[in-house]
Amino acid sequence: MLRDITIGQYYAVESRIHRLDPRVKLMGTLIYIISLFIAKGIVGYVVAGLFLGVIIRISKVPLRYMMRGLKSIIFILLLSVSFNIFLTEGTVLVQIGFLHITKEGLILAAWMAVRLVFLILGSTVMTLTTTPNNLTDGLEKGLGFLKKIHVPVHEMSMMMSIALRFIPILIEETDKIMKAQMARGADFETGTIIQKVKAMVPLLVPLFVSAFRRASDLAMAMEARCYHGGEGRTKMKPLCYRKQDLAAYSILVLYLVSVVVLRFI
Amino acid sequence: MSIKLEHIHYIYEADTAFPVHATDDVSLEIQDGEFIALIGHTGSGKSTLIQHMNGLIRPTSGVIYYNGKNIADEDFSMKELRSKVGLVFQYPEHQLFEIDVFADVCFGPKNLGLPKEEIEQRAKDALKMVGMDESYYTQSPFELSGGQKRRVAIAGVLAMKPEVLILDEPTAGLDPRGRDEILDQIAELHKKSHMTIILVSHSMEDVARYAQRLIVMNKGKVVFDAAPAEVFRQYKQLEAIGLAAPQVTYIAHALKEHGFEINTDVTTIEEAKQEILHAWRKRGC
Repeated sequence: MLRDITIGQYYAVESRIHRLDPRVKLMGTLIYIISLFIAKGIVGYVVAGLFLGVIIRISKVPLRYMMRGLKSIIFILLLSVSFNIFLTEGTVLVQIGFLHITKEGLILAAWMAVRLVFLILGSTVMTLTTTPNNLTDGLEKGLGFLKKIHVPVHEMSMMMSIALRFIPILIEETDKIMKAQMARGADFETGTIIQKVKAMVPLLVPLFVSAFRRASDLAMAMEARCYHGGEGRTKMKPLCYRKQDLAAYSILVLYLVSVVVLRFI
Repeated sequence: MSIKLEHIHYIYEADTAFPVHATDDVSLEIQDGEFIALIGHTGSGKSTLIQHMNGLIRPTSGVIYYNGKNIADEDFSMKELRSKVGLVFQYPEHQLFEIDVFADVCFGPKNLGLPKEEIEQRAKDALKMVGMDESYYTQSPFELSGGQKRRVAIAGVLAMKPEVLILDEPTAGLDPRGRDEILDQIAELHKKSHMTIILVSHSMEDVARYAQRLIVMNKGKVVFDAAPAEVFRQYKQLEAIGLAAPQVTYIAHALKEHGFEINTDVTTIEEAKQEILHAWRKRGC
């Protein structure tokens, strides 16, 4: 069940998307998210959906694998959908006690759900096709201009890359501790909500202890290798744009323009 | 009383681009009171295999019987299985969480729903078995030394009074003294309480000293399943899969090549000493 979290997990296959410069993918994700909020009407969302579909196809990551990431947001999805259904004013279709379902609410909820699903899938594509190292390199270089106004870009991107790197490790660790406690008869699945929360203690305490231990080990290892921040640090694989990256930018701009145009006609 | 595995296959990440065959058609029977060592290098499927034995993971295909009952049956009690088959994971000290040692050891029996006196009695017995006296009871498990933490963690499993005790590399990362102490305590559990022991290990010396039966795994398959001396006789095949026989086995073979009449089935230092002295005397000088 814990293995279902796909955010921050790189899926190692060779594809055109994998080879793109991470800055393109970051920018692409941003543009895609913006486009989701600009898009209006069925045509707009069909275009957004098709665009995403084609990207996923080219990335060679199985759709089923990507869908697993959606499981973790089902709760948020249901919550926002039901808020929209029940709390939107308009033409009342069904009235159950003080709750009422309106036509506007249903439409809004449907758009909301589509938007959320596209949003998560869109950003999952980025994390699945970009190694965490590449991703933060892209962030660091892409946001490099902020250094001029003393924003610690390097430090922030380093923290982010470490955080991303630790997600799979901590998931594995959780799995291990969970099994170890289950071997001692712990029960994580049944019981009332209070019992379930209580059952988390034997899992969370060791998990935090190990997270702190790992963090301190890592800090020590970095210092031992003379890490002292971004100043004067060079890259083994410096990022530079190639032809396909420029082509990808053009496609992104085209896509954004068409979504904007579709909204206003 | 036995654990029986029939044609166990387990595949990790089956629906992705990189499925891993962790166990590949493993069939085994573990009898009461055996002391078994399970060896194989990293990634050979040992850890996956032992997790099947107390139902923590379900095989992709194959059947597991505990005392003749299929553990996948709906009316089979997993709780009971886990109390009878105790599993001590690698680095078990990472599972400690309670405020003091005694409370942590009580966690297992408490989960079995036993009365309070019974829980405390079991915790005391378990801590005694691993050689931790009462002065440790109220200490925080996080303040102990590495070896002590590990013993507390092992006691946490022993307190459930398992009939079968599985230990996944219980001596990894310990100093030689801590290692010997833990292994001797395990051997004593086997002798005195007639517990079935399955020891996952990397050390051929440890295996030779304690185990009666040796199971060797490679790439998810069982390659050897016999008495240690018999397995070590095939030391060339062991080397081919990245393992080795105890050092004394090599010495015995080398002596034989140089014309000494020596039994090459020696596996422990004590046996080797006797054999070498014997061969030396026979030579008459």
